[in-house]
Amino acid sequence: MRLSLRVALAAASTAMLMLGAAQAQEKVLKIGSEGAYPPFNNLTADGKLEGFDIDIAQALCDEMKVKCEFITQDWDGMIPALKAGKFDAIVASMSITPERLEQVDFSHKYYNTPSAIAVPKDSAIKGVAKEDLAGKTIGVQGSTTHFNFASKNYPDATVKPYPTAQEYQLDIANGRLDAVEDDIVVLTQWLDSPDGACCKILGQPSPQPVEIFGPGAGVAIRKGETDLANKLNAAIDAIRANGKYKEINDKYFKFDVYGSES
Amino acid sequence: MSAVDIVDRPPPPPRGWPRRRVLGYALLALWALLALALVWFLVTAWKPEIFERYAPSYVDGVKVTLLLVAISVAIGAVLSVPIAYARMSNNKVLAAISYAYVYFFRGTPLLAQTFLIYYGLGSFRPALESVGLWVFFREAWYCAIFAFSLNTAAYQAEILRGAIDSVSRGQWEGAAALGLPRWVTLRKIILPQALIVALRPYGNEIILMIKGSAIVAIITVYDLMGVTRLAYARTFDFQTYLWAAIIYLVIVEVLRHGIEWIERRITIHLKR
Repeated sequence: MRLSLRVALAAASTAMLMLGAAQAQEKVLKIGSEGAYPPFNNLTADGKLEGFDIDIAQALCDEMKVKCEFITQDWDGMIPALKAGKFDAIVASMSITPERLEQVDFSHKYYNTPSAIAVPKDSAIKGVAKEDLAGKTIGVQGSTTHFNFASKNYPDATVKPYPTAQEYQLDIANGRLDAVEDDIVVLTQWLDSPDGACCKILGQPSPQPVEIFGPGAGVAIRKGETDLANKLNAAIDAIRANGKYKEINDKYFKFDVYGSES
Repeated sequence: MSAVDIVDRPPPPPRGWPRRRVLGYALLALWALLALALVWFLVTAWKPEIFERYAPSYVDGVKVTLLLVAISVAIGAVLSVPIAYARMSNNKVLAAISYAYVYFFRGTPLLAQTFLIYYGLGSFRPALESVGLWVFFREAWYCAIFAFSLNTAAYQAEILRGAIDSVSRGQWEGAAALGLPRWVTLRKIILPQALIVALRPYGNEIILMIKGSAIVAIITVYDLMGVTRLAYARTFDFQTYLWAAIIYLVIVEVLRHGIEWIERRITIHLKR
């Protein structure tokens, strides 16, 4: 018994050593994403991540000559999981905000699309100003810039935070919500699908303050990893320059989601 | 041979420091150290501005949690009586229906039940509107109470049934021999004995509901756990979760002591 245990232990430790060596040879960058935010990140039927974020991440890894490994993580636990080392970077349409910058570092933005408001097709709501939505119920995804914005911009409305975008979409289709606020691309994708038959885009709130929304979505990494940040920034510039970004962009969108050059 | 002779005396406690004792003390020290580390963390992590900003929402969250559980457990208690009755009934149909009910609600997660009732029923809005039930199911709060009441009713029915079963058949037969009606027998003889048995499981059920209610934020009812998650999302500070854990712990401890107190009171006649 004892002997066999020792043999097993020895075998296990050798295997681990070999695994470590293999890892050293091929650098793996673990990337976390949510998988509930189409078209940016979504889960396929067999549970794999797909979408704009994922394609961009893959392109960045190719550019940096590292191997990508994707990990699905709930939105609420995204930053803690990064800090705990569950993965090395977040590519999940995470906006670069001052609050998050206290916790993590970001690459430059890799896209920036505006926020918009959608309402049921038969809605009597006329505009997206504060007064138009007074007394109404607005659905948003919790722990997002859209939630922060809606709470601040529509103080006379009830802002209901949902765990993911899918739940507020269900709930406005069910008629429990007067309006929903989210990224215009996410809303458009949903409205173009059969699930979005209930609703239409009403408009884009204006202004959309940078101190809430930030300059756009970036790749989040642990604080102090400047080397990785520099590599990511260089890779973003590279795929912007060599047409890879445009190729991915055009696969998903009819316009350039990068936004203004900064 | 007298009775005293056959009593085995416990062996005298070992002297010195046998391995088991060392291990015991080491483990105890480890736990004490962990507790100290926790306290130390809370003291060092203490940020007045976070407390000031989120304390009011925690108070609201605790209110929502307590109210939700109190109302659901009360409704569940009322519902559990007919269910338990049907479970014990000789009528095959009644027994089967109530068995299926208990089977379903105990066999599926509360999270799934809550989700189905809120989002699932929500997609039958026209049908619900035509029978006038939409006003009820439109509100997340009512949906939560509805789901939680149905869930706890299933558990409470089983507690009640088990407790009534634990009273010996002889009591029923004795009462019948005295010519007491079944209802009076149940009320005056069986239930007072059964409820003593049921008290502990009832207490457990309430405690489980308090902890189980932490999932309710999925349907936008922001209970203690929900406000904690929102606070955490803004601060990224683990103490938000620690505070929630401590509040849950305090609620459960208060409940546990309350139930123990009630138990001491109602079992006075059993003490020797």
